[in-house]
Amino acid sequence: MDNVIPVTKVGIAELKTGKAPERLRTSGLGSCVGVVLYDELKGIAGMAHIMLPDSSMARKVDLNRAKYADTAIDDLVEEISKKGGSLYRMKAKIAGGAQMFAFSSASDLMRIGPKNIEAVKRKLIEKNISIESEDVGGKNGRTLEFDIVKLNLHIRKVNQGEYTI
Amino acid sequence: MRFGDRFTEFHLDVLKEIGNIGAGNAATSLSRLLDRKINMHVPSVNLIGFDEVMELAGGHEKEVVGVFLKIHGEAPGTMFFILSPAQSVQFIRQLTGNTNIHLDGTLDDELSRSALQELGNILSGAYLSALADFTLMDLHPSVPSLAKDMVGSILGIGLIELSRVSDQAIVIETSLTELSEEEDHSIQGHFFLFPDPEAYNKFFQALGVTANG
Repeated sequence: MDNVIPVTKVGIAELKTGKAPERLRTSGLGSCVGVVLYDELKGIAGMAHIMLPDSSMARKVDLNRAKYADTAIDDLVEEISKKGGSLYRMKAKIAGGAQMFAFSSASDLMRIGPKNIEAVKRKLIEKNISIESEDVGGKNGRTLEFDIVKLNLHIRKVNQGEYTI
Repeated sequence: MRFGDRFTEFHLDVLKEIGNIGAGNAATSLSRLLDRKINMHVPSVNLIGFDEVMELAGGHEKEVVGVFLKIHGEAPGTMFFILSPAQSVQFIRQLTGNTNIHLDGTLDDELSRSALQELGNILSGAYLSALADFTLMDLHPSVPSLAKDMVGSILGIGLIELSRVSDQAIVIETSLTELSEEEDHSIQGHFFLFPDPEAYNKFFQALGVTANG
């Protein structure tokens, strides 16, 4: 029996795709948002670790598209399509966007989590991709692992146990 | 020009001096506060990718207590003081004299919170005032904020400003260790300073170094 299931790590501001029975994992999400898109029929999924809401915030030319909600979701759709997935079958699961520190001054920096969530949702609506489940906001960091067979997004938080959505 | 290309070895050395001066003063303050000997390690300055920043602090998922504050003024940035949960308890006990303190779950206990916040205040204040004196710049800290969570989720906030211009960060890291015979009673903490992108040239100008680009 082969119990070894390959886990692909998705780093900060990175985007990766995989095929069942692989798993996609990203750890230590704070204000960042993890977006998973998947095509159940084809057993293909992709995960992005998004840091910022909008690529128009970028101040340089050679931009890392996986860093921003708008460009990362465009690229996830494209990468999954290249592997044989179809946009009309794609569904999403999202988690993250916490506000790690409470601050009296509601500066833009502190509100980055909620802004990332908003931007991800806006982009998914624009692409007509439905959100099957979500675990967003709050004050805690998260580690995510997506099981491309069961289509479960497993979430671990410090002190708050583990669950799947 | 790419963000990272603006810095030569010499520029990184100048930033190392900033870590030296800041953390040196913080070590003195901590030593006075606890009435113990505190040792400061030679700072490291690294130009590294975001994931490597987390590795430097023990890995994305490592559970830590982080005191976070924003630096306002001429050279803005973010600063963290990171302790392990066990070391935070040690510190709270030493500062409050209450040996019954435990740090289970969240940082809900008011006394523990204020003790750690005070630690953040004192250390960051010492760090920044030394830095301000040295560079003759106006720098002041925000009220510190606390979290007990995964390294990635805590330090991630420090990368947001930089991430708008770069996929790499300059991290000025220094650690303080208490010199104690009892290993398990010693305090070890790490400072992480992330200058905002526009702050680098300010530092270099203030220290009479020519900046690239």
